[in-house]
Amino acid sequence: MKRAGFDSRWLPVFLLMPQLAIILVFFYWPAWQALQSSFYLEDPFGFGSTFVGFENYLRLFRSSEYLRTAGFTVVFTVLVTFFALSIALLLAVKADKVLHGARTYRTLLMWVYAVAPPVAGFITLIVFNQRWGPLTEFFALFGWDFRVRLDYTDTAIAMVIASVWKQIPVNFIFFLSGLQSIPRAVREAALIDNRSASARFWTVTFPLLAPTGFFLLIINTTYALFDTFGLIDTILRNNPGDNPITLVYKVYVDGFRGQDIGGSSAQSVVLMVLVLALTIFQFRMVDRRIHYT
Amino acid sequence: MADITHTAPTEDRQARRINWGAVSDHAVLIAGALFMMAPLVMLIQMSTIPDAEIMQTGPSLEIGNQFWPNVKKALLGAMSFSGEDTGLSMFRSSMILGLGFAVGKIVISMLAAYAIVYFRLRFATFAFWLIFTTLLLPLEVRIVPSYEVTQKLGLLNTYGGLIIPLIASATATFFFRQFFLSVPDELVEAARIDGAGPVKFFIDILVPLSQTMIAAIFIIMFVFGWNQYLWPTMITTDESKYTLVQGIKQITQSLEGTHIPEFGRSNLLAVLAVLPPVAVVIFFQRWFVKGLTESDK
Amino acid sequence: MAKLTLSQVGKTYAAGSQAAVSGVDIDIADGEFIVLVGPSGCGKSTLLRMVAGLETVTEGEIRIGDRLVNHVDPADRDIAMVFQNYALYPHMTVRGNMAYGLKNRGESRQAINDRVEQAARMLELTPYLDRKPRALSGGQRQRVAMGRAIVREPAAFLFDEPLSNLDAKLRVTMRGEIRKLQRRLGTTSLYVTHDQLEAMTLADRLVVLNGGKVEQIGAPLEVYNNPASTFVAAFIGSPAMNLLDAQVEGGTLMVEGHRLAQVARDAGPVTVGLRPEDLVLSTSGLPLRIDYVEELGAQRIIHGFIGDQPAAVADGSPDAPLSDIVHVTAARADIHLFDTTTGKRMDLPAETQIAEATA
Repeated sequence: MKRAGFDSRWLPVFLLMPQLAIILVFFYWPAWQALQSSFYLEDPFGFGSTFVGFENYLRLFRSSEYLRTAGFTVVFTVLVTFFALSIALLLAVKADKVLHGARTYRTLLMWVYAVAPPVAGFITLIVFNQRWGPLTEFFALFGWDFRVRLDYTDTAIAMVIASVWKQIPVNFIFFLSGLQSIPRAVREAALIDNRSASARFWTVTFPLLAPTGFFLLIINTTYALFDTFGLIDTILRNNPGDNPITLVYKVYVDGFRGQDIGGSSAQSVVLMVLVLALTIFQFRMVDRRIHYT
Repeated sequence: MADITHTAPTEDRQARRINWGAVSDHAVLIAGALFMMAPLVMLIQMSTIPDAEIMQTGPSLEIGNQFWPNVKKALLGAMSFSGEDTGLSMFRSSMILGLGFAVGKIVISMLAAYAIVYFRLRFATFAFWLIFTTLLLPLEVRIVPSYEVTQKLGLLNTYGGLIIPLIASATATFFFRQFFLSVPDELVEAARIDGAGPVKFFIDILVPLSQTMIAAIFIIMFVFGWNQYLWPTMITTDESKYTLVQGIKQITQSLEGTHIPEFGRSNLLAVLAVLPPVAVVIFFQRWFVKGLTESDK
Repeated sequence: MAKLTLSQVGKTYAAGSQAAVSGVDIDIADGEFIVLVGPSGCGKSTLLRMVAGLETVTEGEIRIGDRLVNHVDPADRDIAMVFQNYALYPHMTVRGNMAYGLKNRGESRQAINDRVEQAARMLELTPYLDRKPRALSGGQRQRVAMGRAIVREPAAFLFDEPLSNLDAKLRVTMRGEIRKLQRRLGTTSLYVTHDQLEAMTLADRLVVLNGGKVEQIGAPLEVYNNPASTFVAAFIGSPAMNLLDAQVEGGTLMVEGHRLAQVARDAGPVTVGLRPEDLVLSTSGLPLRIDYVEELGAQRIIHGFIGDQPAAVADGSPDAPLSDIVHVTAARADIHLFDTTTGKRMDLPAETQIAEATA
């Protein structure tokens, strides 16, 4: 709030109205419905529903399929986050260092930000084409018969590679801007204090980038959990079969295809709680971040 | 004298020495750039070769002569029997989605942020939390009930149903709030002394002042809207309203089957699907980076 | 042009919280230049902003001319304000910045243009009229902020620390310019600053504020010569006045067991105020143990201790050699006495009179 704000009574209400209306209708109403129907078992043909308490949730945690999906989601998220962050950090550190062509490198490394996840999935299908896909051929060099969509692990690896490729730019941009915001004087002080470039990186640069890293950790986790949907759906060509899927994908599959509204809603609520926890964690980190800088 | 004769060869040696550090930096960056760029180059290369040949050999370094015929097919040919989902029609729908989403989001969130920051409002805190709670839950986790609500409102297969529910999150509102808070208080005070009311201040001062921010948000929102996949897939079943990103599904499915897969056309449609957002990000790089990195604060 | 009257003005932000400003009475004559001065948090800016209409007045009355303006919108108060950070509209040209208020008032284009041009000439801004603020130097921006105030031809100018963003040299120049301009226009002005030197040089009258209350109102020299309290005494004047704990014993003012002067006062503790520039080195008087010396060229400031109380002396003959301990005295008229508990001034002549009357 500004210290000398306007006093008008109806204008702010009028200004807030569109946003509030949209949020109430398209956010709170659906969120409430998800919460509500997670306690009901709906007849698949739409003939009413019965209150079942926590049955939908219990069913979830008893379902080996759900637990397998949850397990894969965790592994997938960890791998994507780790590789996307470390590759981007390496590239950002180098891009921050070079004197020539910095702009060109930056552009070449960031454009993928704008690529839609399904397109990344489409590209994955081509590079892993069974007959001549360049990456299939690459793995064949090591005697690995790489079979996307036919082999669980191979599909998972392809998904991770594609998701990392798609996520590198965001991390790169943030790391680079984080590096560039380190004051020159600090770098010069480090230069005087320490001979070894790698020691300088790990003792000065890296800790100063930690706040950015924490923030990106959350961003990448959310990305791996939710934004990879289009990528996964394209790779699976809309037909998961025995292939690995993530939790969000399962919400969609169960709710839309399986018509298991109650189960799907319970899954939504579980995800909501997960995101909530992540966000609270993030706010904590943002708080701490202020102390860093 | 002795000193000079001794130092000269040393300098010489230093000048000739290759800076291996810089070389390795460039090597890493070039490898990274190749990793990011190769798929795009591959898609385009494949589209220059006749489909029947590609089906056998896959991507190579060869450049064929099928590029323009494939461009024509991609833009004008339809994916389905209805013939309504041509590259051009999907491009149009994507534009409507991208622009409509970006503009709608900016207008609505600027107004809301203005109300929250610049007015003494009794329920301001409540409105703030009501709006900012939406940051917590992405559309994907409440996708099924959102679909049901949209259906109940009769908004399936409309641009309204496509765009408005996507606006129901506070990312941009949050961003504008942060920005407005960073505008010096004295500016609104000076404007009040200069006789500007709330509407005049908004139009004469705040909006022009926010130009860079608006541009930055616009780029991010345009890319976000254009790249939507799940929501359009659910809301739009009318093929004449398919977007390019949504069409990727049809494209991949068309690559399966008994006939010769049309790699040329498919690849170019995929390229078309990334072209506008990529162009925006590259051409307005400075604003884009600013918008992206400052939106988290 | 108008007089400005504040009567019993007070401001409380939240019910039950301490008042930011309370019981302020100031009568400002037409054309007078009043400076509100005090340390940060003393309520001076709040007071100014209440006059501007940017803060609500929770107590008392503010009148501009004869009009009660407590509930009048800032734009309708017929005032103009110059802000510390200038608050120029960054996307408008200098001309646009100056014209904006007039445009909103619906003045004719011709009139606006004439007034802007005239103000620009006065402030030597004519060559910059079509530039944006960011293309100007700090001093130029400051002048644009002044210009924006001038073109409104207001009843009063309000200045909120307008010079504190400038470097020291420019500040001195602009100080002079503001004073000249105000004289020339004859517009009633209320000026807020925390810089006592700025306050002294600009003001017709000073208002010294402390903790939201007025400590003293008066012409600069009057405040300097007769500070109403230890607070004012320490705040006005540089280096600051020495305030020493002292005793009156049998009509003699004693500091740390050394005789300073004869006073007609009852025995007991007092606070004695001695300006560094009023102290003179001599062979007898209070012994000052020298700690360190600041050489300023024309004079030197000798810092040291009388007993264990810190004190400073401004010595006008910087070439004379100093021993470790020097003795200082002050003329009778230069000795200020304050009540130890309240910090209020005990006027010497009045004190004598009272002493005589009660005797």
